[in-house]
Amino acid sequence: MKKLRKNPAISNLLMVSPLAAVLFVFLVLPIVLIVIVSFWRATEFSIIPAFEFDNYAFLFGSPVTYTVFFNTFKYAAITWACTLSIGFTVAYYLAFHIRSQTWQIALFLLCTIPFWTSNIIRMISWIPFLGRNGIANSTLMSWGVIDEPIEWLLFSDFAVILAFVHLYTLFMVVPIFNTMMRIDKPLIEAARDAGANGAQILWNVIIPLTKPGIMIGTIFVVTLVMGDFITVRFMSGSQSANVGRLISNDIALLQYPSASATAIVLLLTVLLTIGILLRFVDIRKEL
Amino acid sequence: MTKFTQRNGLSRRTLLKGAASTAIAAGSTTLGAPMLWAQNIKDVTLRQFGTGVSNLNDVANKVQEDLGFTLEMTALDTDSVTQRAATQPNSFDIADIEYFICKKVWAAGNLQAMDTSKIDNYDKIAGTFRSGLLTPESTIAQGTAPHTVGFTSGQNGTDFVQEESGWMTLIPTIYNADTLGIRPDLIGRPISNWSELLNPEFKGKASILDISSIGIMDMAMVVESMGEYTYPDKGNMTKEEIDLTIGIFTEAKKNGQFRAFWKSFDESVNLMASGEVVIQSMWSPAITAVKSQGIPCVYQPLEEGYRSWGGGLGISAALSGIELEAAYEYINWYLSGWVGGYLMRQGYYSAVPETSKEFMSADEWGFWYEGKAAEGDILSPTGDKLAGAGEVRDGGSFLDRMGSVVCWNSVMDENQYMVRKWNEFIAA
Repeated sequence: MKKLRKNPAISNLLMVSPLAAVLFVFLVLPIVLIVIVSFWRATEFSIIPAFEFDNYAFLFGSPVTYTVFFNTFKYAAITWACTLSIGFTVAYYLAFHIRSQTWQIALFLLCTIPFWTSNIIRMISWIPFLGRNGIANSTLMSWGVIDEPIEWLLFSDFAVILAFVHLYTLFMVVPIFNTMMRIDKPLIEAARDAGANGAQILWNVIIPLTKPGIMIGTIFVVTLVMGDFITVRFMSGSQSANVGRLISNDIALLQYPSASATAIVLLLTVLLTIGILLRFVDIRKEL
Repeated sequence: MTKFTQRNGLSRRTLLKGAASTAIAAGSTTLGAPMLWAQNIKDVTLRQFGTGVSNLNDVANKVQEDLGFTLEMTALDTDSVTQRAATQPNSFDIADIEYFICKKVWAAGNLQAMDTSKIDNYDKIAGTFRSGLLTPESTIAQGTAPHTVGFTSGQNGTDFVQEESGWMTLIPTIYNADTLGIRPDLIGRPISNWSELLNPEFKGKASILDISSIGIMDMAMVVESMGEYTYPDKGNMTKEEIDLTIGIFTEAKKNGQFRAFWKSFDESVNLMASGEVVIQSMWSPAITAVKSQGIPCVYQPLEEGYRSWGGGLGISAALSGIELEAAYEYINWYLSGWVGGYLMRQGYYSAVPETSKEFMSADEWGFWYEGKAAEGDILSPTGDKLAGAGEVRDGGSFLDRMGSVVCWNSVMDENQYMVRKWNEFIAA
């Protein structure tokens, strides 16, 4: 026993094994199961174990799949751009313009207040606001800005992205704010002393140093948006689809194998995307 | 014993409770069996699930009051109901489902056939559910008509038989004729054809429901009405017919005809009440709900006729013993009129109209069933005013409405293909 404890390889192994076991049971096994089911065959009310590529053949054979994947990337890209610019600005303001730490904490908490309610509620509350006879349209009309209601405010891609940005910006603010707080203030002073102007400091000092935060925020936002289905369903009035909706429709119609196949393709796509993102920044090194 | 433990309702706890109350009852009284029985049935809890239309808390409360046992209700959307009936047999005792769902799930063996000789009001059940004929002269509409999937060959039958075999798959409770709902105040002209759903005049203001088995039938009604195609059997389309039908709607969708699609009852109410949509597929109580907000809404009768549906109660295959008895008791109570009256006042039809009549006022019966002008205010079961004196129900009497049914909600031979195409339509 003593020997065992002294052997670092074994004790290390023992130390990671609880985590490994948890991950194996709750992460690896379910994914393996999904992979297996994706090769099965489904009839209307039963699932038959089999090994066939029908589900994948149908998935890749349908032009709708490509449109839907394109849509998913479109939502992810636009949402990413919006949350990044808003998130970065907010974090920058909090980190560099607010001098007292008390105020920083107070304002940071203020950002999280909307997150005390359920995200379904936050999403659905947009619907009466954006509707044809909603608050936005009636206000604009009473101001005389528009003569008739703007239709594309609700049940459109605009509404979907608006909801995404609203729901997920905080996931960008938090990691960026966190990395900004760790930037050595003398670095900025040094840059200024060396004659750099504000834009140069931002571009050459602050952005490179906040890259890990930006990357973590990006991973949060991209994976959340790519895996979402309920926001797309509600805000587009079921009119648009992303991959998540494809899967949820399949499940609703008892097409589990087909849903599994789609889920596997989505999983690979997301992993690939994150893999590419991580090429840009080595999070481990920078942290 | 294995069978015993598998039974979902009768857990060890209820068994123990039952045993305890039996012991107490046996110790305190010499009256005997009936007393014990009554004591036991109070401990029974039946779990029912179904769509929002008939899974009402008022019903559960009344069951507690009249029968003494507990009924737990779960309301789900149509697809989830199908899913649960097919895949989670241990999660329910009573399935409140539609006949087309029954066609999908019966073969899975999760429901047990019901002995019609134990159903007190069997003889009073409407003809639609037995012979399929509303009146002796009626013709049977296309699609999955309830009587075609209403009977099975025996207690353990997994097939459907066309005659009244004495074993029912579902005990019918409710049915109705569906059509398009419109906002007359926002449309301002008469609507009389299904084809109006795709009329460019309502671009961006139309909606259809996103439930494939029902939606495809609404689509077929529209396609026929537009004169694009006449189906040999709307209820059982070929692949080409499915492509054609969904193709026409996909094009309309791309042209921006639809404002939204809805999946659950309350979504359709919100779309209509907020004015986002002025014409859409709709269900009768949704119209009622819009009206009770004081917003004009008409369940518009159309020249081509109605799309109809029927629902009933099925019993889980796992039920037996006292819980099965309780289930029969519940179903007999269900058909005895109180629920029927309640549902009729929401605009549905009860499968046993005779008994429901006793639970409605003459004016209500005249308004809802006979299509007569109301003499006083017509109230919903929850007390909202739905119509005033002199108003007539949209579509008229029971025979006018159910007599104009041209198709039933369906499950087709090509269902799987249709479902995939439907998914593409939603994603397109």
